[in-house]
This record gives sequence, structure tokens and C-alpha cells, in this order.
Amino acid sequence: MSTVIEMQGLRKEFTVRVRAGRLRRAKRTVAAVDGVDLAVPRGELLGYIGPNGAGKSTTLKMLTGILTPTAGTVRVCGLVPVPQRTRLARRIGVVFGQRSLLWWDLPLRDSFDLLRHIYRVPAAGHAARLRRCRSLLELDGLLDTPVRQLSLGQRMRGEITAALLHGPEVLFLDEPTIGLDVVSKQAVRGFLAELGAAGETTVVLTTHDLNDIEKLCRRLVVIDNGRVVHDGSLAQLHQRYGSTRQVVVDLDEPPAEPVTVPGARLVSTGSDGRRLTYALAGAEAGELVARLAGAGALRDLTVLEPAIEDVVTRLYTDR
Amino acid sequence: MGLVTATAARDTSSNPFAQIRGYGALVRSGFRRYATYRQATVAGAATNTVFGFLRCYVMLAVAAGAGGVAAGYRGDQLATYVWFGQGLLAVVLLWGWSDLADRIRTGEVATDLLRPIHPVALYLATDLGRAGYATLFRLLPPVLVGLLVFDFYLPGRPGTWPLFALATLLAVVICFACRFLVNATAYWLLDIRGVTVAWALGSSVLGGLYFPLRFLPAPVAAALYLGTPFPSIIQIPLDVLVERDPAPVQVGLVGVQAVWAAVLLGACQVVQRRAERRLVIQGG
Amino acid sequence: MASVLTPYRHLLRGQVRAQTAYRASFVVNLVSNVWATVADVLTVLVLFRVTTSLAGFSLAEALVMVGLSACGFALADLAAGNIERLRHYVRTGLLDALLVRPLRALPQLLLMDIGLQRLSRVGVGAAVLVAALVAAPVEWTPARLALAVLAPLAGALFFSAIFVAGATVAFWWVESGELANSLTYGGKDLTAYPMTIYGPAFRRVFGFGLGFAFVGYYPALALLGRPDPLGLPGWVGWVSPAVAAPAVGAAALLWRVGIRHYRSTGS
Repeated sequence: MSTVIEMQGLRKEFTVRVRAGRLRRAKRTVAAVDGVDLAVPRGELLGYIGPNGAGKSTTLKMLTGILTPTAGTVRVCGLVPVPQRTRLARRIGVVFGQRSLLWWDLPLRDSFDLLRHIYRVPAAGHAARLRRCRSLLELDGLLDTPVRQLSLGQRMRGEITAALLHGPEVLFLDEPTIGLDVVSKQAVRGFLAELGAAGETTVVLTTHDLNDIEKLCRRLVVIDNGRVVHDGSLAQLHQRYGSTRQVVVDLDEPPAEPVTVPGARLVSTGSDGRRLTYALAGAEAGELVARLAGAGALRDLTVLEPAIEDVVTRLYTDR
Repeated sequence: MGLVTATAARDTSSNPFAQIRGYGALVRSGFRRYATYRQATVAGAATNTVFGFLRCYVMLAVAAGAGGVAAGYRGDQLATYVWFGQGLLAVVLLWGWSDLADRIRTGEVATDLLRPIHPVALYLATDLGRAGYATLFRLLPPVLVGLLVFDFYLPGRPGTWPLFALATLLAVVICFACRFLVNATAYWLLDIRGVTVAWALGSSVLGGLYFPLRFLPAPVAAALYLGTPFPSIIQIPLDVLVERDPAPVQVGLVGVQAVWAAVLLGACQVVQRRAERRLVIQGG
Repeated sequence: MASVLTPYRHLLRGQVRAQTAYRASFVVNLVSNVWATVADVLTVLVLFRVTTSLAGFSLAEALVMVGLSACGFALADLAAGNIERLRHYVRTGLLDALLVRPLRALPQLLLMDIGLQRLSRVGVGAAVLVAALVAAPVEWTPARLALAVLAPLAGALFFSAIFVAGATVAFWWVESGELANSLTYGGKDLTAYPMTIYGPAFRRVFGFGLGFAFVGYYPALALLGRPDPLGLPGWVGWVSPAVAAPAVGAAALLWRVGIRHYRSTGS
């Protein structure tokens, strides 16, 4: 698989003025992105998360040619974003959750048509992609409505379509589900999942909504204070931070002797000794359940998935 | 002011001192709010200064062309007129106030009704604080620059400065009431840009910012003074300051302002009542 | 070449459609914009009620300057006036949205914000210029006719450059408020009057330093066939439209520096 996005030692510094005394202001340099190395292969759906001010948006801006890095190198689709911005723009799509790329006073249809000319896309490919988005994002009823009359969720579906009409190789989404209602969130997630499954488009997603990540991204990059603090799957993140799946079983009788399976730890035993809670750290749930069933009659069984919020909160708080 | 007593019924506290303290706090908050826009203040004062130079040179050329006195103003009177006019335009805030219209558009205006204070009084008190800030940081700097470069006419009569202060206060109230009315059209109109532009042009041309209205034929000027509130916003305070007229006329002009202030605040009341009824019945 | 411009043409067409989508408010804006220029002309007429000459220029002669200034300014305001919204775009991050499109940022901004409702103003400006040229004692020659057409166009370029240059302030100073207005709207007022009325220092900085003298005053002198009381030779009036070239160059340079600064600070 070829690499679509490559960052090496990427760094972005801002100078901020801090008040020092009544009138004097002192300059201070702050690194918003502090040496990020990352390679994203083609077709990956990457979640890029971090607390406010961690450097997510700054990274995205450097990837899309809006900001010049202070140090390090970036390549997207083999291009250097800032000097080759307009060439790169044809090959990427960008969705900003909080600002619109559509024409406020025009119907969606006209915005899409304008974008075809701006990106100079052949009509056939444009029409095919629009057809696909129309059905997947249920746009049919909205095409003739001026953008300013659309709800936020409807507009976001329009924004995503607009970003995909020129058939970009990479789609960047900056907080695409922010402020959306549950139904619209689901529609957006479903669409992105489909897009990811097709494997043609590389998707980079920044978000605050960890459910987005849970549902969509196999790979998760967590950034904090401008540095990558985690790069891997969600499961690896859980493992690393000790948050694990839990198996809760209710037995008819307390087991005669403790049931032990390597990689599973007994966390608690109910007061009557019949409810056992195990934390899985490596072991398969099936293996544990089989052993427990052997030890006595199994009345009930629950598998608790770890809450990603807990993990991430822990990640942000112990800096 | 009539307004404050008219709104007293709304106040939950019946202690008059507590009420005055309440309005005082609003005035201070208006002052402080604008004090945080320090950069905009510098930019605005610089802009007024450039326009002060431009208009002053034109007026001096007019006075010179007219043989020293143009429509009753000498060159130094015109210089004072122009420079104080540039400052005054920021003190009364002729342009660029859309707080109320924005709140109407977003529906936030409904929360104004939750306060134990009349909405018109609420906005007016805040605006007076703003005007106080503007007097210090938008009026004085351009005037000082003008004073360094041009010959100013300084008032000779002892009563002129206090009268000018009163005229300025009334001008702030009148201009506020006009802005309030312009903004309030947002209750009924979807797009108030047309109204805003009409107000901006009307107030600046007919208010005496482009040229002193005395340059117009006397009947036209008189009709404007008495028939429209615009001259009361810029022209009258400046006429008072440069002592264009004898003292009794000077006082009479301020009287015209007082009448306009009362009429317009009354109009604000009426409009506010109608708007409230609309808000309550139609839910905005 | 044509195909390079195609996206921009479509962008313009989309903008026209968007702005005329709400016909009633478009018409209101069209009409209200007339009054801005009418107010400028009215001001000059009123000034001439109390004086018969302004620094030795008669009303008709002064109106030639007003016409040149109004025409050039109105055209520039139509094409580039809304770029003053750049600071709003910088503050809200909308500029980022333009930067991810495969088009250059400045033409996009100019086209996106083209002020069609100011078309009416161009009409009024042109009418004033024509009326003034008819009323003023102009000895018409082909060269004068050419200058009368060329000067407002050069003025339009010049004012557009001022608009762009003024807007770039936002890259460094987002809270600059109406500061740019002092050069744009102020420049319009400045060019509408004879240079001789201004104080020497003011004239040197704004008239000659920034070039405003060559937009209204010097072309008017050439059209009217009057010598310059300030002592510059007669050919200056004829070449004054050339002032647009350095202005456009300087504005383009400022823009480049500004957008580079934006890219490095992400303000």
C-alpha cells in the first residue's frame, strides 16, 4: 500500500504576546505542533483526536496548505501543500464542521454545479459521484433549497458531498459531526463508514465525539500538547491504559475453587459469591466463559465494553 | 429623564437609591465593555483624524473662497466644527450599532424581558456608558491633533462649555433613540439593510457631517432643524460650541434637542410595547 | 488561457445569481447605493452655494474632479470594495475555506464579494462626469477624449489597489476596524477636490506619496487645459493614469506578503 500522507518532524510554532505589566507585552513562542511523525497509507480511515488546543486543527491546516510548517516536512499525495496548494486542492476534499464552503444564497444544486467548474471536473464523473452521494446521504429533497435555509445536519451532508464531487484521494474532515442531532450524526457516520469500506479514499477525521472514532476508525492517533501520545488501534489504546473489557457472570452456586485463566483477572466477587467480574487482559472471553461453565451452572453473562471516554479522559488528565 | 420614571413600575425594588445604583452599574458596564475594544478604538480615532484633515482643508478653502466668512462661520469656527464633528460622530455612534437587531434576529431579545428593568432603559444606560468612553478616547484624540495643526475657535461665552456638554448628552440620547428605532424594524422586517443605509446617509448628510446645514437656504435648514431629528445629533452641539448664533438662539437650539429627545424616547416606548406584544403573542 | 479563466467566470456567474436571488433587497440596495454618490455631489453643490470658487476652480471645473473620483471609485467599489470583509474572513476562518479550493485566493475573494448593487453608483458617477465635462470649458481634442475615458478607468484600478492594500492590514491586525476606510473612502474625498486646498505636508504624503493627486486633480487639469499652480509641468496630467501601475504592483506585493504572513501565523 502506498503512503498518501507523510509527516516528518512536523512542527508549528506561534508567537503569542503575553501581558507583562501594565503596558509591556512580552513575546513568547509556543509550539502548537511539536514534532509529529505520521504516515497514512492509501485507503485508511484515520481518527485524529486530542483535547482543545492540542494541535489537531493546526496539523490539518498544514496538511491542506493553509499553514506553513515551522519545521519538518509534509507531503500529501506526493505534493508539498503550501507551494503546491492549488494542485493539491484538486486531489483533496476538506470539510470544516464550523464553516461553510457552500454558497449561502444558492440552492445546493447550484453550489454543486459551481464546484464542478471550479474544480474543472468532467461532467460524467461529477454526475456519478453526485448520484452516489444523493442516495447515500438522502439529498434528493434538499437540492433546490438555498443553503441558508438548510438545517445544520442537512447542510453538513451537503458539505460532505461538495468535498467529494471532484473525486478526491484524501478527505479531511474537521469536526464533521459537531452540533449535529443524533439522526444526522448517524447518517454522516454511516456514509463515512461506507466510504472507508470502499477503500479508495483516504479519510482523516478530527473530532471531539469519540463515538465517531469508535464506529469508524481502525487507526487512532491521539495528540496532546502538540505531540503524538498514541498511534494504533482502539484496542491497543485500551490495553495501554489498562482499560479492558469486563466479563460479568452470575453462577447458580459459588465455584468450589477459584476459576483462573491466564490473561483474565478476577476483579470482584459479589457478596453471595455468585456474581464474578473478570477483567480481560489478553484472554479471549470465550475461553473464560468455557472454564466458568465447567465450574458450575451459568445463569447469566454480560460483556462490558470499556468506555472510550474514560480512557481518553485519563489520557488527557495525566499529562 | 421621563424615561426612567416611566419605567419605574417595572423595577422590583421600590428604593429609588437602589434603582439609581442599578442604572449606574449599567452605565459602568457599557463603559467597560467598550474599553476592552482597545485596538478598534485606536483604529477608529486614527480614521477620524484622517477625515478631520480632509474635511477641514475643504472647509477652510470654502471659507477662503467666500471671503473669510461662509454662511456665518469663520475659518477657525469651521475648523473647530469639523474636528469636534469627527469626534462627536463616535460619541453619538452614528454608524455600526446592530446589537438590538442581532438580538432580535437570533431571538435572544426575549431574555431582555426577563430583566427587572425596562429594555429601552437598559440599552440607553449601557449606551451612555459607551458614550462616556468614546468622549475620552474617540473625541479627545482627534481634537488634540486638529488643535496642533489648525487654528481653532474656542468658545468665549462662559455658558458655552456646559451648554455644549448638555447638547452632547442630548445628542447621544437622540441618536440612541434613532438607532433603537432603526434596529427595532428587525421585529417586522427580515432584511433591515435598506433601513440601515437610509439612516446612515440621512444622519450624516442631514445631520451636518458632510457640510454645516447653514450652507443650505435658510428655510430648508429651518425645516430640517425642526422637522427632523438629524440636525440635533451633530449640527446643534457643534453650532452651540462654535457660538454660531447669539446666546438666546444657542439655548433655544438645545431646547429643540430636548423636545426631540422626549419625542423619540416616547416612540421607542411605543415600539417596544408593540414588539413585546408581538413577542408574547407570536413567540417572536 | 481561456480555460484558466473558466472557473472564475462560473464563480462570477454564481455570485450574480446569489446576489439577485432576493430581488426586493437587491433593488433596495441598488437604489440606496445611488444616494451615497448623490450625497457626494450634493455636498459639492452646497459648498458652492456659499462660495463661488474653490481654490480658483469653478463649480463645473470642480465637478470634473468629483466625476473622475466618483467614477473611478464606484467602479473599484463594485469590483473590490467588499474585500474589506477580509478581516471578517480572517477572524472567522472563512479564508481557510477559500484556501482549500484549487483557485487563487485573491481573485476568489474579489469575485465572491463583488458588489453588484453598486452598479447603480457607477451609472451616477459616469453621469456626473459627463455632465461636468459638458458644462466645463473643455476644448475637445481626440487626446482629451481618450484621457476622459482612460482616467476614470485608471482611477478604478488605482482605487481597487487601495482597497486590496487596505484590506491586507487585516493579516497583521484583525481588529483594525474602519482604519482602511481612511484610505479608501477618504481617498475618494481627497481626489474629489483640487490638491491646492491641502496643506503642504498632507499633500506630499497623500497626494504625491500615495499618488491620489494623479487620480482626479492632474487629469482634470489636462482636460481643462489649466496650468498647475503647484508648478508641475503640463504633461503630468496626460501621463497621470499611469499611476495605477505602481499602485497595482504595490498592492499585489502587499497581498503576497500578507497571505504569507497569514500562512505562517494562522491568525
